[in-house]
Amino acid sequence: MKFFPLVWANLTRHKRRTALTTLSVALALFLFASLRSVVTTLRATGEVGSETRMIVQSAKAIVFFLPMSYRERLLAVPGVQAASWANWFGGVYQDPKNFFAQFAVDPESYLDVYAGDYDMPADQRAAFIRERTGCIVGKSLLDKFGWHLGQNVTLTGTIFEGDWPVTIRGVFRSLDPVFSEDAMLVHYDMVYERYPTWVRPGWYVLQLKNPALAPQVAAAIDSEFKNSSDPTKTGSERAFNASFVTMWGNVSFLMDSIGMAVVFAILLVAANSMMLSARERTNEVGVLKTVGFGDRLLFGLVMAEAGGIAAAGAVLGLGAATVLWPAIHFSAMGFLPGFRVTPGTLALGLGITVLLAVASGLLPALSAARLSAVQALRHVE
Amino acid sequence: MKIPLVYNIRSLARRPVSNAMTALGVAFVVGVFIATLALANGFRMALVKTGSPDNVVVLRKGADSELASGISRDHAAIIGALPEIAAASDGAPLVSPEVFVPMDIASASGGGAQLVVTRGVTTRAFEVRRSVHITAGRMFAPGRDEVIIGAAIAPRLAHSAVGDTIHFGGRGWLVTGHFAAGGSAFESEVWGQNEQLMPVLRGEFFQVVVFRLRDRSRFGAVQQKLQNDPRLQVDARRESDFYASQSAVLRTILNFLAIFITSIMAVGAIFGAVNTMYAAVASRTSEIAVLLTLGFRPRSVLASFLAEAAFLALVGGLVGCLVALPINGIVTSTTNWSSFSMIAFQFLVTPRILVEGLIFSLVMGVLGGFFPARRAARMPVVEAIR
Repeated sequence: MKFFPLVWANLTRHKRRTALTTLSVALALFLFASLRSVVTTLRATGEVGSETRMIVQSAKAIVFFLPMSYRERLLAVPGVQAASWANWFGGVYQDPKNFFAQFAVDPESYLDVYAGDYDMPADQRAAFIRERTGCIVGKSLLDKFGWHLGQNVTLTGTIFEGDWPVTIRGVFRSLDPVFSEDAMLVHYDMVYERYPTWVRPGWYVLQLKNPALAPQVAAAIDSEFKNSSDPTKTGSERAFNASFVTMWGNVSFLMDSIGMAVVFAILLVAANSMMLSARERTNEVGVLKTVGFGDRLLFGLVMAEAGGIAAAGAVLGLGAATVLWPAIHFSAMGFLPGFRVTPGTLALGLGITVLLAVASGLLPALSAARLSAVQALRHVE
Repeated sequence: MKIPLVYNIRSLARRPVSNAMTALGVAFVVGVFIATLALANGFRMALVKTGSPDNVVVLRKGADSELASGISRDHAAIIGALPEIAAASDGAPLVSPEVFVPMDIASASGGGAQLVVTRGVTTRAFEVRRSVHITAGRMFAPGRDEVIIGAAIAPRLAHSAVGDTIHFGGRGWLVTGHFAAGGSAFESEVWGQNEQLMPVLRGEFFQVVVFRLRDRSRFGAVQQKLQNDPRLQVDARRESDFYASQSAVLRTILNFLAIFITSIMAVGAIFGAVNTMYAAVASRTSEIAVLLTLGFRPRSVLASFLAEAAFLALVGGLVGCLVALPINGIVTSTTNWSSFSMIAFQFLVTPRILVEGLIFSLVMGVLGGFFPARRAARMPVVEAIR
């Protein structure tokens, strides 16, 4: 500890160089943490969803509707406690760039099935259920567009053609990522009223009595509808969500490779800067050795310097990534809900910091330790 | 007077390790820059190439994608009767009413099903879309449960070889051939006859009507005519513009990614160059003083050090280009969120992207070299020479 002032003096001698190196380490770790968070957020999105809920969708593809009559038949399957349904509404608010998810749902049964995953005052829930052109929105969506309760919002349908004026009757907070706060719920009946011969439920959500029976229930449902004109594909809600994540393809591999390239590039910058410093101080090393500093101590001093730079960079970079993304409510237009840096990513980032310190300090530290005093003093720039 | 560049190159050679590291840092940045742009570019090109400026796509009014569109048989017939439509050699109009639906099809890797675009076309589609041609097997026969599969997607689907039976929409289809379409998004689709696919897909509706114009300059007039026709509720778009717009969502994401990542990386690399160049200036204090004493202008010294930094970064940029080049042609796949289906496409490194990468490296060098070079130019001669 008593050598701290010496390390500090060395670090502050070239203030600009130390600052720039620290900043590049910070940028690298910021970028690394951000890219890694894309991977972890996508993975987390694939893992949300309750095991007690199941999704019944068309076996042909998700874009096919299922008959309304399936609701009664699904409720009759042993083990099914409740059933609701939803549709992807696909409306545009003012500009296609303002993308957010809207679901056309059967309000009462849908909110019952998801009870416990959101928080909304009871009177707002009742107001939404009562009014066919009412809608509810997540708090973060409300804030994003600066809406307020009671406001009229007009959506332009891309799937369900026409203008759809809806009134915000409720604002909910999400208690579980499965119930996204970046989403809007409207009435299925509002859509059905205008397209009675066409629109049918896009998928059914089932609440099971006992999650352990999920495989049997799924098999029972799919075999019941197997030979109909609308066969079904039933799976857990988690599997349903995961299927959307796999649609991104090998994005994880891409993010991880870029992250590695970033770390390598900055490793070179940091190592170079440490080598520049060491080279300039050859004489000093000689002096220190002459007055009795041991090889090991000199090795430690250089390593401490590299460690200091890496640690400062890590605090800045990882800290910025942890604070910044939640602060600006970044969600990549809803594709990455709840985007944030996980503890696992932070741990990985710290591991990289240690590697960075060792890799950038090792060569200069070794050469400082091995240098003989005579040689060092002879060396004059 | 200019200081010869050879001075800078020899100076760089005096500190090979340190300079190599700086150049490599730049190389990594340029490599990532090229890779991310090649990804965005490959995706864009796959969709841009899909459309031809000679063709017109007609969709339901308000539909922003083929998936959301629907056009009845009556309307398709009205559209098909337009006099502006080009005629085939046998005199029939070159028009293809098509059904379009993403279907769950089992993937080759065994990891469940993937959404793949299934397009029902008429045999005329191959005259309307001239880039499409069979690469293996034969065309599907009209009136039978037969399909052909795009060359890009075929390796990713189970039972997709010619002669196999592929399953989707609740029944099996004989695969009679594979087709290529100049690397466009059609190569990620499964095609069959529209009348065969329609009942399996979404009922008595087409999704789009595509036709070839007799004269491509007449597009504006045809568009007006269709959109003002009181019998129809449709939008007409030039096919090339339409498919380019279908890449918008993913392209925005990819471009954001490319800019976000490379600009942050670039700042780090510039800092590295700043450190290196300051150290170079500091260790060459007496040399610079000599240059100034000899009568070289401070401006020349500034230019000389800037050139040195730029040269160093350019070498890095070249290495980055060489390292990134092999990714050209690698096929990757993701979902095009506009059609909600899988699309397979290649990383596409173009000369333009390489040149942009080199310019990018030069900019990094000049930015990183500026302040150290200015310090060298402003050096007080008397003090420095002491």
